[in-house]
Amino acid sequence: MYARWVLTALLAWPLLAGLVVVLLPARLAKYVALAASLIEFAISVPLWWTFVPNGGMQFTIDQAWIAAWGIHYTVGVDGISLFLVLLTTFLMPLSILGSWSYITKREAGFYGLLLVLTTGMIGVFVSLDLFLFYVMWEVMLIPMYFIIGVWGGDNRLYAAIKFFIYTFFGSLLMLVAILVLYLHAGRATGTYSFAYAHIVSQVGQLGPVAWWLFAAFFLAFAIKVPLFPLHTWLPDAHVEAPTAGSVILAGILLKMGTYGFLRFALPFFPAVALSETVQLVIVILSLIGIIYGGLVAMVQPDFKKLIAYSSVAHLGFVMLGIWALTLQSVQGALLVMINHGISTGALFFLVGMIYERRHSRLIEAYGGIARVVPLFAAILTIVSLSSIALPGTNGFVGEFLVLIGSFRTYPIATAVATTGVIIAAAYLLTALQRVIYNPLTQPENEKLTDLTPREIAVLVPLIVCILWIGIYPKPFLQRMEPAARALIEQIKPAPPPVAGGGQP
Amino acid sequence: MNLDPAIARDLLLSLLPELVLTGWALVLLLFVAWRHQSVRDLRIAGVMTLIALASTAIAIWWLWWNRAGVHGVVSMIAADDFRWVADWVFVAAAALTVLISFTYLEREQLLAPEYYVLLIFGTIGMMVMAAGADLMVIFLGLELMSVAVYVLAGFDRRRARSAEAALKYFLLGAFASGFLLYGIALVYGATGTTNLGLIGGQLSITMRPTAMLLAGLAMLIVGFGFKIAAVPFHMWAPDVYDGAPTPVTAFMATGVKAAAFAALFRVMYQAFAAVPVWHDILWWLAVITMIGGNLFALGQRSLKRMLAYSSVAHAGYVLVAVTAGGVAGTSAFLVYIVAYTLMSLGAFAVLSAKGRAGESDVMIDDLSGLAARRPWLAFALAICMLSLLGFPGTAGFIGKWYILIAATSTGQNALAAILVLTSVVSAGYYLPVIMAMYMKPEPTETAHVDVCLDRWARTAVATVVLGLLLFGVWPNRLFDLARAAGDSVHAVGTSTAVPTLKAGNGQ
Repeated sequence: MYARWVLTALLAWPLLAGLVVVLLPARLAKYVALAASLIEFAISVPLWWTFVPNGGMQFTIDQAWIAAWGIHYTVGVDGISLFLVLLTTFLMPLSILGSWSYITKREAGFYGLLLVLTTGMIGVFVSLDLFLFYVMWEVMLIPMYFIIGVWGGDNRLYAAIKFFIYTFFGSLLMLVAILVLYLHAGRATGTYSFAYAHIVSQVGQLGPVAWWLFAAFFLAFAIKVPLFPLHTWLPDAHVEAPTAGSVILAGILLKMGTYGFLRFALPFFPAVALSETVQLVIVILSLIGIIYGGLVAMVQPDFKKLIAYSSVAHLGFVMLGIWALTLQSVQGALLVMINHGISTGALFFLVGMIYERRHSRLIEAYGGIARVVPLFAAILTIVSLSSIALPGTNGFVGEFLVLIGSFRTYPIATAVATTGVIIAAAYLLTALQRVIYNPLTQPENEKLTDLTPREIAVLVPLIVCILWIGIYPKPFLQRMEPAARALIEQIKPAPPPVAGGGQP
Repeated sequence: MNLDPAIARDLLLSLLPELVLTGWALVLLLFVAWRHQSVRDLRIAGVMTLIALASTAIAIWWLWWNRAGVHGVVSMIAADDFRWVADWVFVAAAALTVLISFTYLEREQLLAPEYYVLLIFGTIGMMVMAAGADLMVIFLGLELMSVAVYVLAGFDRRRARSAEAALKYFLLGAFASGFLLYGIALVYGATGTTNLGLIGGQLSITMRPTAMLLAGLAMLIVGFGFKIAAVPFHMWAPDVYDGAPTPVTAFMATGVKAAAFAALFRVMYQAFAAVPVWHDILWWLAVITMIGGNLFALGQRSLKRMLAYSSVAHAGYVLVAVTAGGVAGTSAFLVYIVAYTLMSLGAFAVLSAKGRAGESDVMIDDLSGLAARRPWLAFALAICMLSLLGFPGTAGFIGKWYILIAATSTGQNALAAILVLTSVVSAGYYLPVIMAMYMKPEPTETAHVDVCLDRWARTAVATVVLGLLLFGVWPNRLFDLARAAGDSVHAVGTSTAVPTLKAGNGQ
């Protein structure tokens, strides 16, 4: 019974709640929004237990929507999307709770948009109809645009429109590619439908046009990931967005790009994606992301920008793992996606919290505050270590799996990528040292107050996840494995026939 | 219901909507001659216009419901679903224009109820254009519409810019009519008839088109190009749109354009289906219109001028539908024109609320902070902007999507790609409107105090927003209607090879 309504409820509930919250007075809005997002989380939690690892696509719902074009409301969850849905519902209450003191104007609108955004994000992860996917992909753009543009920092207008136009540009070309796929599948079978299963079964005979279509999908997803050199929107958007916006951007929105590669770009165009040229390009771009992201992070004076660039590096690992296409590397990539959401989300929360007290994000404005705010310092240390991928934290498991898995496919590239872990240690530990250790030189920092219970409530769930995945990742890996295996089997070509048999 | 135009009664029946509206126009003229002094008279005239349009819509509905069709001898009047749907769009555009005119006319002290008479005559002209199955009838409708709109453009005769707009529109419009008429004459010379069906029949027999026919075709395209404001025939549009009273601009941008496109569709597909060369011409016209319109709009600071250029860009999108053609293209055109009429009128309605008496130049930055002071108004304009941008969840997206399907299904992938790329450019001028309203602070406390819509205009804006959202999420009925209309046009002409899209879930 639960399986029949859960995804619809997850999509409809935040949308309705969001529309109600917008109309509420500001004082009430944050409580109602928090309650709504907690209910959303509660609805999603049983997914964890009722999900059958070997069950393929589950909780599916299929309902005609615009029958004239074969557009259906088709949703479902498998081992790839399950964790992304759970990550979304998990981060939303924290984001709302974490914004209570940060957002001081037009609160009702802010919380309403966060809830509407939830619908869009979950919609992207569960859609199994390309039309629905496209609509959701675009729909989540508007709330984020407003969140950056209305509640962001000083340079927010520029960041907001840059974010919007980059994403819009990529997605519109994808729209044309979706249409071409739809017509191709329709002509081949006589049935015109946007259903994922229908289209993926007909992509075999695309011919050379597949290159163009892959390019369109690639652009849309690579902008979102973001792959170097399409990443320039990310530092602006992350830095200008309010804390909750940065958390969601890093935690969930970036994952839409990598999810898109896993769900659409690879299964639709396996021949193109695994051709030597494309492999080379993607691996090189991922490596540039890892190294360049890390090096740029190293010289950032602004802590938030440092975290933003570290995202570019982390997502480089994900792309490497996806393209290596071994079981470990894909599982590792999925895990890094989750880990990055948790660790980087926590880092953004922490930076936001200290910014609220001191109104500066510059690393040099701090120093020695471990003595003043010990709890904050302790949590920042744990989270930073997890982001560096120290053994015992979640980051280690994910990046280790990616590196092990990728080594078999791309030994040299993996060796280069390993240095990315060292660079991460270099920039985060240096920043950590300069913020919380070193001597306390600035008098303003002596009056800082430590974390409030509300802030602790935001951070504790994240710390628990960091340690849980770090120490006992089996429940996660177990649920991912069949989906990852199925994906690899679907994409990887059968081993080529033995050469030398002469002309048939 | 089978109508035989040789019988007087059937002929009158097939012209029923036009006759109903003409009757009302005469009644209104009498009323206006009798009372044309006070604000009250103006309001009564406005309400009468609304009633006239409503009764016309019912007449159209009655014919549609009875499946009226003209059969038998070759007729000058077409009676098909394409005409009914187009008529509904014209009537809706006129009705929404009336709703936003009430306050505007009073505020600008344009106390002349003749305004509404001209509006009705313009609408009749549009309906005749959509009904014309003969080049002469189309020309008749075009002139009826144009003359009324020339006067409307210069209605604010005390303002120099309005007069300038009217003169410009008249001179260039007359020029365009000349082209059109010359084109008709040449086509008549080449084929010996002005009837669309007969021209089509002749051309499908004589394989090689003569130079005279091609010259006539080119002139027809130029004439229509002026009316739909396609680049490079768009030069008049920004000045005229900018100078005309705002409700008239709304009417011109939606109704006039829709009527010209409707006639263009019929002429191209019923008469010239056998001369494929015009596809290439329109292909280029579509491309430069999309690129030009969007790039010009990007540089505009005035909201009204921006909307004027954006309407040029949208003409380019519709030209993609014309080029793609077939049933899909025709249906896409109808869906798009419904969406465009709604979103464009909504934007102009909000614009006319913002403009103060005398100065109608609203800069985009003048909207700063509108959302804090007038949240619903800002929301409505934001929805219109997103719809113009073609954002999912709004009717504008559905329209654009349909055009894209029409283009890709006829193999015009390049055209589809240019359409979406220019749409990205359009984000550069639609988003600043939203940005100004929501993300910039109010310049002064009193900046938006007098921005207010009266009851009527509020009805119009609410209808528009609800329509945009409804068609954006649930366009099924609109599709059925548009599909039937698309079929009806092509049943007459030669059928073009376009795959019919069949539904299915393909699981």
